[in-house]
Amino acid sequence: MPELSYREAVRDALAQAMRKDDDIFIMGEDIAEMGGSMGVTAGMLDEFGGGRIRNTPISEIAIVGAGIGAAMQGMRPVVEVMYEDFLTVSMEQIVNQAAKHRYMSGGQLKVPLTVRTQGGAGWSPGAQHAQQVEAWFVHVPGLKVVFASTPTDVRGLLWSAIYDDNPVIFFEHRTLYGLKEEVPDELEPIPLGQGRVHREGSDVTVVATGRLVHEALSAAGEAESEGVSVEVFDPRTLQPLDVDGLVASVKKTNRCVVAHEAVTRMGFGAEIAAVVQEQAFDWLDAPVERVGAKFAPLPFAPVMEEYVVPHANDVLEAIRRTVTRG
Amino acid sequence: MAAGVRRREERGGSIDLLSVVHRDPQPDLAPPLGQASPNRPPLVDECHEAEHKLRLVARVEAKRGLSEERLREFLREMLLIRRFEEKVEERFRAGELPGFLHVAIGQEAVAVGVCQAMDDGDVFASTHRAHGHTLARGTHPDAVMAELYGKLEGCSHGYGGSMHLYDVERGNLGANAVVGGGLPAITGAALAFKLRGEARVGVAFFGDGATNIGTFHESLNLAQLWQVPAVYVLEDNRWAESTPESQHSPIRDLSKRAEAFGMKTMKVDGQDVEEVHRVASRALKHARDGKGPVFLHVSTERLVGHYIGDPQVYRDKEQLRELQETRDPITLLRDKLGVADEEFEADDREVHEIVEAAVEFAKAGTDPKPEDALKNIYA
Repeated sequence: MPELSYREAVRDALAQAMRKDDDIFIMGEDIAEMGGSMGVTAGMLDEFGGGRIRNTPISEIAIVGAGIGAAMQGMRPVVEVMYEDFLTVSMEQIVNQAAKHRYMSGGQLKVPLTVRTQGGAGWSPGAQHAQQVEAWFVHVPGLKVVFASTPTDVRGLLWSAIYDDNPVIFFEHRTLYGLKEEVPDELEPIPLGQGRVHREGSDVTVVATGRLVHEALSAAGEAESEGVSVEVFDPRTLQPLDVDGLVASVKKTNRCVVAHEAVTRMGFGAEIAAVVQEQAFDWLDAPVERVGAKFAPLPFAPVMEEYVVPHANDVLEAIRRTVTRG
Repeated sequence: MAAGVRRREERGGSIDLLSVVHRDPQPDLAPPLGQASPNRPPLVDECHEAEHKLRLVARVEAKRGLSEERLREFLREMLLIRRFEEKVEERFRAGELPGFLHVAIGQEAVAVGVCQAMDDGDVFASTHRAHGHTLARGTHPDAVMAELYGKLEGCSHGYGGSMHLYDVERGNLGANAVVGGGLPAITGAALAFKLRGEARVGVAFFGDGATNIGTFHESLNLAQLWQVPAVYVLEDNRWAESTPESQHSPIRDLSKRAEAFGMKTMKVDGQDVEEVHRVASRALKHARDGKGPVFLHVSTERLVGHYIGDPQVYRDKEQLRELQETRDPITLLRDKLGVADEEFEADDREVHEIVEAAVEFAKAGTDPKPEDALKNIYA
């Protein structure tokens, strides 16, 4: 089994798909010679040429919109939006166009577009380069939303996103790009809408996404030493959500903690908490605990950034709160 | 708005009837693959009953060169669009049509001239003022009218309405209710044609108001940078809703905006359908031949309000009356061809019949079931 970093796993999925299928091409800012701001597409220009690894102007509306148009012609463009904060610039095209063409046309059109983007705190980029905005997109009918947390997952999920016939907003977490693990020899597509139990447990389910999956695993190890058995569940696809997997886990453990790096208030975790209380209320022994960023833009000074976003210790404290209830 | 409320009340009382009308299980409306390509499957809708098969009326001919016969066809097409929109206005005022409606009375020559110059396989994006483009490209009046009535037989199967007319089989990638919203996708469609080596062109229609929005500038910039086969058709009626061009643009010649990107520009009088067709054909050929995108600046006149019911308090009534008398594209072509009154009236009668038949077709169409609203969200 080869060892790949999260960054290499993304690149591997892109390259394998492009070798297989001439209709797949990539557009984005600085993705050609420079290999993208995070180095994800490094080397791909040499293999695929400038026709398919397309450096663009700084022009998110046109990049995403052109991706929509090419997708409607049956191609499978992968658009890279350099920082997920910049999705806001292309929001109209994503929300009003990509998500709705199929619907407004009464089913005549498909928009098989993948929008890859990345973000996350940890490097002190400040308020406009580190947000986690996935919750804004799960609210839009017509979009699918993926947030992968491991090299194996990011490779298999990106493949499925590219070959999905719907627009997919594909989130990567910046601090995970260097994360390495052994991955299967052959790329194994991971169906969208299927969560993953990273670690089985019996006392509490931690539902975590992105970087917080790893923080949750760390917290789970600590809790284990305190005699608490933690299950860590990563939905991986936020829209559509693996409700069955989520609810089955909570019914088993009777407690639930939701953890993401994005702002807690009105966040994706609120939906998880709502689904859990709707479908597993009678199984719950304690209120659902939420872990996420404090309600503030991301600050620059490292001490403030660290204070705003959640870490393993925040997850551990939430686990302790929930197991000491009832 | 009121019309929409009334319709819902009517529906509310007839749910049982609707469930009888619908076969069970309801077939999925989605055709197997909607991409616009010359070999795509036809627009299939199992809900179309045999008697609802669309009649062939509007057709697009590939042949070029404008004989008098062809110009007579253009006259008839423009007349069809005019009478269709007048009927839409009448039915809206009668409370039959829900939604927001914008007619393009006065701009028919742009729709007919450009759309008749397009080839099979070309695609286009339209605007909130889309009836003319859609009809001129060959979508049956029955299908357009049925859409305005919210019926399954409509060209968007009742999911779109006047501001979201689609007909992918005829290259209509959608009328867009966000000003400028459709331009980026046309750049992208044209990019796909270029990457695949297909001799097809993407056409974007938009108004002068759209030249102020970011989608316009980013789309033209990218198109020119990448030399994709696209034609950007500015329908310059010098009104952005109620705001005159003098209040929304610091320059009078909007072609300069395209020239700033280094894009080839062409200008034409949009009230002269023969000229529109001639120049649009040149623009399309330029793009199709791989010489890059073209900005087609069409000067036209909106001879009515922004929306049906617009009292146009912002407009000089005398000037408007003068425009209606001197710049009506149908009158201009009729005079140019010297069409006798009886011939014109015969055409008009025929067009009236087509429009009346479209209304009958639409009214007899199938209402979606309320829960059809949950279909076609994902492929």
